[in-house]
Amino acid sequence: MFDNFVVPNLLPAAPEMFLAAMALVILLVDLTVKDSRRTVTFVLTQLTLVGCALIQFYTSTGEIVYTFSNMFVDDLMSDLLKLFLYMTVVVVLFYSRGYILDREVMNKGEYYVLALFATLGMMVMISANHFVTIYLGLELLSLSLYAMVAMNRDSAVSTEAAMKYFVLGALASGLLLYGMSMIYGATGTLEITGVAEKLYGGGANKTLLVFGLVFLVSGLAFKLGVVPFHMWIPDVYHGAPTSVTLLIGSAPKLAAFAIVMRLLVNGMITMAQDWQSMLIILSVLSMAIGNLAAIAQTNLKRMLAYSAISHMGFMLLGITTGVVSGDARYALNAYSSAMFYVIAYVLMTTAAFGMILMMSRAGFEADKIEDFKGLNKRSPWFAGIMLMVMFSMAGVPFFIGFFAKFSVLQAVVAAGYMWLAIVAVLFSLIGAFYYLRVVKVMYFDTPDDDTPLNVGTDMRILISANGLAVAFLGMFPQVIMSLCAYALLRSL
Amino acid sequence: MSTYPLISLAIWTPIIAGFVVLATGSDRNAPLARMLALAGAIAGLIVAIPLWTGFDVAQGTMQFVELKTWIPRFNINYHLGVDGISMLFVVLNSFITIIVVLAGWEVIQQKVAQYNAAFLIMSGLMNGIFTSLDGILFYVFFEASLIPMYLIIGVWGGPNRVYAAFKFFLYTLFGSLLFLLALMYLFIQSGGSFSILEWHKLPIGLGPQIWLFLAFLVAFAVKVPMWPVHTWLPDAHVEAPTGGSIVLAAIALKLGAYGFLRFSLPIAPDASHELSSLVVGLSLIAVVYIGFVALVQADMKKLVAYSSIAHMGFVTLGFFMFSAMGIEGALVQMLSHGFVSGAMFFCIGVMYDRVHSRQIADYGGVVNTMPKFAALFMLFSMANAGLPATSGFVGEFMVILGAVKFNFWVAFAAASSMVVGAAYTLWMYKRVIFGDVANHHVAELTDINNREFLILGVLAICTLWMGLYPQPFTEVMHASVNDLLRHVAISKIQ
Repeated sequence: MFDNFVVPNLLPAAPEMFLAAMALVILLVDLTVKDSRRTVTFVLTQLTLVGCALIQFYTSTGEIVYTFSNMFVDDLMSDLLKLFLYMTVVVVLFYSRGYILDREVMNKGEYYVLALFATLGMMVMISANHFVTIYLGLELLSLSLYAMVAMNRDSAVSTEAAMKYFVLGALASGLLLYGMSMIYGATGTLEITGVAEKLYGGGANKTLLVFGLVFLVSGLAFKLGVVPFHMWIPDVYHGAPTSVTLLIGSAPKLAAFAIVMRLLVNGMITMAQDWQSMLIILSVLSMAIGNLAAIAQTNLKRMLAYSAISHMGFMLLGITTGVVSGDARYALNAYSSAMFYVIAYVLMTTAAFGMILMMSRAGFEADKIEDFKGLNKRSPWFAGIMLMVMFSMAGVPFFIGFFAKFSVLQAVVAAGYMWLAIVAVLFSLIGAFYYLRVVKVMYFDTPDDDTPLNVGTDMRILISANGLAVAFLGMFPQVIMSLCAYALLRSL
Repeated sequence: MSTYPLISLAIWTPIIAGFVVLATGSDRNAPLARMLALAGAIAGLIVAIPLWTGFDVAQGTMQFVELKTWIPRFNINYHLGVDGISMLFVVLNSFITIIVVLAGWEVIQQKVAQYNAAFLIMSGLMNGIFTSLDGILFYVFFEASLIPMYLIIGVWGGPNRVYAAFKFFLYTLFGSLLFLLALMYLFIQSGGSFSILEWHKLPIGLGPQIWLFLAFLVAFAVKVPMWPVHTWLPDAHVEAPTGGSIVLAAIALKLGAYGFLRFSLPIAPDASHELSSLVVGLSLIAVVYIGFVALVQADMKKLVAYSSIAHMGFVTLGFFMFSAMGIEGALVQMLSHGFVSGAMFFCIGVMYDRVHSRQIADYGGVVNTMPKFAALFMLFSMANAGLPATSGFVGEFMVILGAVKFNFWVAFAAASSMVVGAAYTLWMYKRVIFGDVANHHVAELTDINNREFLILGVLAICTLWMGLYPQPFTEVMHASVNDLLRHVAISKIQ
């Protein structure tokens, strides 16, 4: 009966399996732990993520390995993205700790377990080579995040945000599925590499494909949060508890980048002309609306939400310039610049939300821009960190944000889209205004309350390290840049 | 020639000193912060001086070159070097940093460490701009220097400082972003090189050259600033603290002018010839029209700010005469303006610290209470007006000589503006210094103390030295300027 059952190669998915198992273990352990001893859960969660990173590192072969009947792929791109993913989640959970300790309703074991499941979802997305795998990962991520947004259940704003997130997220998933089904109809396969082969061979129904592609791109745009599918971003970023906003705003961008690469580049590179022109529209609109709307915000979380929209638009520029009139010569340069951009963005946004978390206390969210008034007087060190993060996001050297923008822009110029590059820099100029405003509030204004910041040592060290990384990697971006290029070279 | 990485020292000594000063923390340690800042600034000058003394005047190419790979992924190098055009500005900048630290010695009582650190860091960054031979390295220094200046204006500035700081930052950023795209275009065209010296040799068609030239023009014109993108400067100057004004006028404005010589002329020589009338026209407007604008100012700082724009008009005018006389005159004018405008802003600062007003109308008869000050201020006003035997004369005279060869009427317009220059400076001087004691503020004035006397005295010596014996300054320029002119004369169109 089991004659033709072949045990799949489990090694490429070892980190995923480890994490899934540990998440269940932690869930059980947490049952026996009292609220006051929740540290156990926290430490176990962090150890799990570190374990994942180690497994990832030591099982990496550098080759492209397919497993589970080609539904799952492990290549250098996924290894690298997952390593950054673990790192991000570890940092995010560290930052969140003080915040959730201050808020009893969130100080539950589920918080950590949900974060782990969300991580698992992202890992599956990053390694997906099959439409169903992508969907599986996406839903695992989304459902965990919906629950986390709603975790502060007494807050009307949070509940509303969760509801919006859920409804719009479900719609996006629907669009994505619909697109996938059309592509399945045209090609007869759900496997991404299979789709690519089929398209390469030709003969698939072009109309159906283009329709499928439109839905696919719309679904992806939703998940990336680019205009005109961005409406959920400001509300969710604003409404979610800041620690959850931090999680939503950082790591999932890595996973979203991965599925864009898998679906559009790995799967449908032969239709690059079609999806590139769609992405250009999305990208220009995102930079325009993201940057303009951010100016009007008084809430820092909302401002960063619009800034996220504009940053994702900028990142998309890198993906739109891979293929120029059928010539894929620039592909590696373009995609690796986008990958570098995402990684740099995650690093910056983690630090920015980390600062909000650090400033907040029980009953005080510190999420308005004016809550940062006169920070330079209260704590010059942390004002300096925030200054670096803001200038980095604005794309000013010597910070990593400059080289992120630089690498994407040079890809755009190399591909001959000078007008697109000009549009991009003009919107960055507008963007610089609202980042400068945060610096202005911290440095030029006098504080309303002079109390020095009361920050735990672990937070102090971590956020300093994060901020200094923004500066250090801005001076020495070579390592990550070439890692991205190398990983993509070996994966495409 | 020395084997030490002298240029790196000139860049990083002040920057590291800046961070050390920053580490002294709160204002309780203010005296320590001041001493450390002064030590850092002096150390910065000491490491910069060998660049001048060890400079080989016969050589027109880059000297003290340092080359290390920085970001091999994009072939970006840590490539530094100075020639006769840039070397003096490194020295000038390092020298002005000392003046600035001294100028804020007693006046700045708030966030002393941050104030001094910002200036030291900016000094290092600006040395980086003058010495970068890699396009991206240049850009990185160019843009990073906005951050300390933004903070200086915004934190220690006057009542309207926030507006001025934003205007300064966004104006300059706008120019430099287009410049960045031009750098990328050159990177692609040259087959993947960011080396400025290689770009000098790169053949480019006239169409792209014109676009490149315009992109450079926007970036540098904002920085110089040229009419009509000069409006940020009066705001920034008026709101900035004295030290900020000094650095802005003495060094920051030179960055744009320097950019013309390093980028526009050699990279796009044909476009430079093609569009020279545009630049000459804009320069003349700056010289003549802005001169008249300066005449009507009621605020002394604004007046000197407008006079800076007019003086920088002479500089850009000199560049586009395409003659050794014009370019060297412009360079001398840049150096001289560094001393003179720095001194003028310091003089205004001296009065402002005592009376807390910059309005000309609030003064009168200052000579009665501050005779020493009035004498020195007189010298700098004369230099600002371009009186012979001061440094202000040499540069303007050379530029006008260069202009006569180019076009008589251009020279005529430029020369006539010297009259306006004398008018607005001396008229201001007369209203502020001479006459009866205007009010009790002026009656209570105390003359300059030893610190202020030292600063003004040193600047006065520099001004007279350049005016009477400009040889040491001009001899280092000859070879490089001739090199540049030979280069600009050759068409790049193939």
